[in-house]
Amino acid sequence: MSILVNRNTRVICQGFTGKQGTFHSEQALLYGTKLVGGVTPGRGGQQHLGLPVFDTVRQAVRATEATTSMIYVPAAAAADSILEAIDAGLELVVCITEGVPIADMVRVKAALAGSATRLVGPNCPGVITPGECKVGIMPGFIHKKGSVGIVSRSGTLTYEAVFQTTQNGLGQSTCVGIGGDPVRGMNFIEVLELFERDPRTEGIILVGEIGGSDEEAAAAYIRRFVTKPVVAYVAGVTAPPGKRMGHAGAIVAGGHGTAAEKYAAFAMAGVRTVKSPAELGTAMAALLRRRAAAARALKPATAPGTAPARSPRVAKSAPRRAAPRKTARARKRRAKGRRR
Amino acid sequence: MNLHEYQAKELFRSYGIPIPPGAVAATPDEAAAAARALGGALWVVKAQVHAGGRGKAGGVKLAHDVEGVRAAAAELLGKHLVTRQTDAAGLLVSHVYVESGSEIAREMYLSLTLNRERGRIALIASASGGMDIEEVAQSAPEQILATTVHPATGLEPYQARELAYGLRLPAPQVGEFQALASALYRLYEEKDLSLLEVNPLVVTRAGALLALDAKINVDDNALFRHPELAALRDVSQEDPLERRAREHDLNYVSLDGDIACMVNGAGLAMATMDLIKLHGGAPANFLDVGGGATSERVTAAFELILSNPKVRAVLVNIFGGIVRCDLIADGIINAVKKVGVRVPVVVRLEGTNAEEARAMLARSGLAITAASDLTDAARKVVAAAARGRT
Repeated sequence: MSILVNRNTRVICQGFTGKQGTFHSEQALLYGTKLVGGVTPGRGGQQHLGLPVFDTVRQAVRATEATTSMIYVPAAAAADSILEAIDAGLELVVCITEGVPIADMVRVKAALAGSATRLVGPNCPGVITPGECKVGIMPGFIHKKGSVGIVSRSGTLTYEAVFQTTQNGLGQSTCVGIGGDPVRGMNFIEVLELFERDPRTEGIILVGEIGGSDEEAAAAYIRRFVTKPVVAYVAGVTAPPGKRMGHAGAIVAGGHGTAAEKYAAFAMAGVRTVKSPAELGTAMAALLRRRAAAARALKPATAPGTAPARSPRVAKSAPRRAAPRKTARARKRRAKGRRR
Repeated sequence: MNLHEYQAKELFRSYGIPIPPGAVAATPDEAAAAARALGGALWVVKAQVHAGGRGKAGGVKLAHDVEGVRAAAAELLGKHLVTRQTDAAGLLVSHVYVESGSEIAREMYLSLTLNRERGRIALIASASGGMDIEEVAQSAPEQILATTVHPATGLEPYQARELAYGLRLPAPQVGEFQALASALYRLYEEKDLSLLEVNPLVVTRAGALLALDAKINVDDNALFRHPELAALRDVSQEDPLERRAREHDLNYVSLDGDIACMVNGAGLAMATMDLIKLHGGAPANFLDVGGGATSERVTAAFELILSNPKVRAVLVNIFGGIVRCDLIADGIINAVKKVGVRVPVVVRLEGTNAEEARAMLARSGLAITAASDLTDAARKVVAAAARGRT
């Protein structure tokens, strides 16, 4: 299992015939992503990379039964492309484009609220389920199928977390780069909720950065609803106030959005925080080892309800659950006494 | 991108937002002429810099006659104004704004900005005018009134009314406030602003609403569709290195330390600064060479960070995803040969073609220290900078 995308996900590419769209579609195909076509207005009816090109997303969806779109359209037209994908009823839209105007994203956000579409990005590396489906610009070869879910506001820092969890053998269930813009689609909380429900994901690495209060919201959510071990890193401890650090959303404004506030919130939520990004992998491995040891220790004489959430038994039974979200919360309530 | 007050007020005027009569001046004579043309018996001469806190820093002067205006302008023009929002060097005053003095009965605060949590534009008001809104938020949060706007409907009259009554404006001013708020929202939306602040918004003795100050930030990502705003950029208000970086499409922020960094990706660039600090060093800059880093950009980036005389060591930290490390290594070698680096350079390369890149650096015969991982890189560069200081 995984979240958002897997080997069966049917993907189209918007901005398919452009330079970026072409390059990353090729890479996705090489990785094994089920790319089934693309959209470039005015190029409908043509073939590109051996796949059909359509004028509109709706035509592409009708012909290919795609459920997911990846967008490599330039910033000026990116929001329009997202809105088109929402209107065509896609389940997942991943927008890689950097530099989308804030006002455009405000409109997109309003359109998302009334739809069933999930948006990842913009200004993000995308989503990958290792060995199955790559929807984005991340280098596929550093990934390894495994047990850690990664969610991050930064591209290259995601790669650091991936690289470390690949090297120490844990691997990744799914990695989601939610992007560095102040207004974006999915946020930490929505991704955490999916990781908590996903039986394959045993631990979660969260990479935040200065600006806004999404990390604080994530910390509050973890405290209440997440039973799996979480390691968090926040970039920007040394960032001066009032300066945008590359990402449009990475700014300490009015004394708020500092790394210190975010670290404090995570610590309060019982999250294992690391002050160096080089420690993400080792910290995750240590938490998972401790969990496994605790599970083994508890196994012989388990009192009902005290089994750790992460024991193999629970993981095996998880796919059968009808209402996983509810169950996860119930499980969390049971596990609460044990935390920290 | 920031606008000057006089530029912002020009926009206010074109949107029918009430402001005191005023004119911009680049010389004391122009300032005197402006005062004469404005008439009246009281003028305010304001330094035009991209920083708040001008009043307390002596950047706003009152004058009771035309000669006083000339003297105030002479004192301000050509100086560097240091406020709590600038660095110690301050910002050059190349223009002053001469404005008719207003008789103030009451000061309030009004702004529009993005509410990130809701993903909507927020209209924020407070009865405490002239104060930093952050200070009010700390000391008297109950005084802050706010509402967020649905992008499809725009600012509704009731939303402005709610704020007006919250500010305890008397009945005749409620309608005026509503008109002003909706004009501000229209300006914010049509010009793709990221901040529009009126601090203070005043009620005059005669009972009229007046925007006494005007602060505007434009969303950089939207400048492509507002060439008229892009043309208002005042590069004299920007850090020269940051300006040069922008010309090369590099994200650069100057810092106080002595270890220059060159990194790909904004998050990793911040993390690299943090790592340097964590290991006892001090970063000289934030620099993201971006995902599409080419050999030329690496060279440009190198020249940029080395033009900072404080730099005692350089750390290059690249995680090659789409970017190939061998191309980066090529750029580093070219840059070091071309620019002639006098300080130690520590390089950590990981990802696509990393081994080949490391071999290239080793073969180059240049004094480049290779680092095996993030921690090793931070330790080595901090040690190198420390040696450079002694």
